[in-house]
Amino acid sequence: MKSLEELRAIKAAALNKIGICNDDADAVKVLVGMATCGIAAGARPILNAFTEEIEKRHLKNVAVSQTGCIGICQYEPIVEVYVGKEEKVTYVKMTAEKVARIVNDHIVNGNVVTEYTIGAATINK
Amino acid sequence: MYRPHVLVCCGTGCTSSGSAKVIETLEAEIAKAGLSEEIKVTRTDCFGLCTVGPNMIVYPEGCFYSKVNVDDIPEIVAEHLLKGRPVKRLLYKKPVEKDTITCLDHTDFFRKQKRVALRNCGLINPESIEEYIAMDGYEALGKCLTEYTPDQVIQTILDSGLRGRGGAGFPTGMKWRFAAGNRGQVQKYVCCNADEGDPGAFMDRSVLEGDPHCVLEAMAIAGYAIGATQGYIYVRAEYPIAVKRLEIAIEQARKYGLLGKNIFGTDFCFDIELRLGAGAFVCGEETALMTSIEGKRGEPRPRPPFPASKGLFQQPTILNNVETYANIPQIILKGPQWFASMGTEKSKGTKVFALGGKIHNTGLVEIPMGTTLREIVEEIGGGVPNGKKFKAAQTGGPSGGCISAENMDVPIDYDNLIAIGTMMGSGGMIIMDEDNCMVDIAKFFLQFTVDESCGKCTPCRVGTRRLLEMLEKITAGNGTLEDLDKMEALCYYIKNNSLCGLGQTAPNPVLSTLRYFRDEYIAHVVDKTCPAGVCKGLLHFYIQPDKCRGCTACARICPVSAISGKVREVHVIDQTKCIKCGSCIEKCKFGAIIKK
Repeated sequence: MKSLEELRAIKAAALNKIGICNDDADAVKVLVGMATCGIAAGARPILNAFTEEIEKRHLKNVAVSQTGCIGICQYEPIVEVYVGKEEKVTYVKMTAEKVARIVNDHIVNGNVVTEYTIGAATINK
Repeated sequence: MYRPHVLVCCGTGCTSSGSAKVIETLEAEIAKAGLSEEIKVTRTDCFGLCTVGPNMIVYPEGCFYSKVNVDDIPEIVAEHLLKGRPVKRLLYKKPVEKDTITCLDHTDFFRKQKRVALRNCGLINPESIEEYIAMDGYEALGKCLTEYTPDQVIQTILDSGLRGRGGAGFPTGMKWRFAAGNRGQVQKYVCCNADEGDPGAFMDRSVLEGDPHCVLEAMAIAGYAIGATQGYIYVRAEYPIAVKRLEIAIEQARKYGLLGKNIFGTDFCFDIELRLGAGAFVCGEETALMTSIEGKRGEPRPRPPFPASKGLFQQPTILNNVETYANIPQIILKGPQWFASMGTEKSKGTKVFALGGKIHNTGLVEIPMGTTLREIVEEIGGGVPNGKKFKAAQTGGPSGGCISAENMDVPIDYDNLIAIGTMMGSGGMIIMDEDNCMVDIAKFFLQFTVDESCGKCTPCRVGTRRLLEMLEKITAGNGTLEDLDKMEALCYYIKNNSLCGLGQTAPNPVLSTLRYFRDEYIAHVVDKTCPAGVCKGLLHFYIQPDKCRGCTACARICPVSAISGKVREVHVIDQTKCIKCGSCIEKCKFGAIIKK
């Protein structure tokens, strides 16, 4: 690294690549919480299930990635789905079975699977 | 072998809404586009959503088109089947359920939080330096190296009011200033304390696992500020994922020239190495930690000399906690005034707590200093489950104490917590309800410190063990009122005479529970009962004759055959045989068995 300009060039390139901030309204980013808490709750098979399901459906604009602790550990495994500039959707207590439905209904057809989201998990109840 | 498959419903519902015409047009359009060899159109039976027919599904994606109009077919063929871009406008839209929160940010758990140290956790891929850079990563380091003098960096940290997040709350800028003399003339070190050992605390682990680069960046900034060229991160070996992600991060930072020689084209050179701790709690104490990095047995030594003058390898050293470092890049980028605008008069910024115990929403919460315990428990945490009553919150782990219900509205910051007899600690927060016995809690933490005392100084090695024995005597029902006074005196003796922070704070759980829950101690020694029903030595199980139906379930489950009685007659527990395991209470369908 020789200068701030060089750093900013990397930043611009990376911003475009990671999807959260880019302008493509169709780009989908799936983040799987994979800190120790998430992994212990079974996040790895979830990540694999997403990758497989997306591969099977030949979806090209979807990026699946791991991330750190999302914070609300008792609802792990947690997955957050970002579609274009829409507000993220937080899915909790994920299972491999839920993955297929989320890919089909939400990612492909644009219908949030409300019953798997944080609000349906009776938070604060 | 067909590429996409198009399934069109030809059930009664869709046929009556015109699916035959849809198929006809579809096949014609596909032929026109020259795709007949590649695309298979299949007539299927009912999908079950007849009200929105005609329906059509395109595989492999699984796109569900509803109310398909003949006029839309050319667009679907041209866009989706030919170019592979689903026509979003025509996809089936489920009616939106308005009342359900789908995004974490709108939950009570999140709304009160303010994420500074955890800003990237759960957002970026921790194994990708590019994603960190995309979120303004290493910009602060670049700014420091190219625009600030080292003294300006220290002044910025001083102005921000940042205090150490490891527990004691020493102003970070002061620590840096003490170590800043003789830059370039002597070897100096920057260390990071990632030896998070408090039971129930996992804030530092989450930062390292979710955003390892921010710690590296902050350590490099600290290195520039005091004139150090080498950094060490002392991390627990019990955190394998944190270790792995740190290793990846260090490797990536070296590759990008963000660690190493002549960073940002300046004269500044800095590198970081990991040192793994073997799980000794005392190694979280600064002098013991540095002794351990040196490769020696992890034992504390007297201070002064303080690490700022003689630390690691007898050289000037600064040691900060993970969470402290995680705040630094943001302070540089957004300015000290921004940071100082959060929090209370003497405690600026935010604090991360690991919320656990008897609470609905367990997890990591980051709140501005000055938030009250009531807000944390009732709003963020969602309250105590099962309709139980909040009794106390334990903060600061084995070095801290309890916040009782009467202090729930005290704004949480360093000084207020000290004033009510506990401490911020590294950030573990365990919520307890009426089923927790405070004497038992004190005993639990004392057991921990007895195990973890390194044994170098007598007040800690012997004193904590004697204290534990007194607690055991009380919970067994053999304590006297005199023991309480003796215990208190011993607590102050240990506090005043121990060599390091471990011993100096070890009696805190006892002192704090004695202060706020003395009535529970008195119940143990005078009335010989445990009000919460935890201490087995003081418990007795009874069968209430009016409720017992004589079903014999309890007698059959009892592992020591302490329960006798005939069928349909009242059963009795033999107190001399009972081992107080509680199996009978769980088994009784009529709630006839009570413990007191």
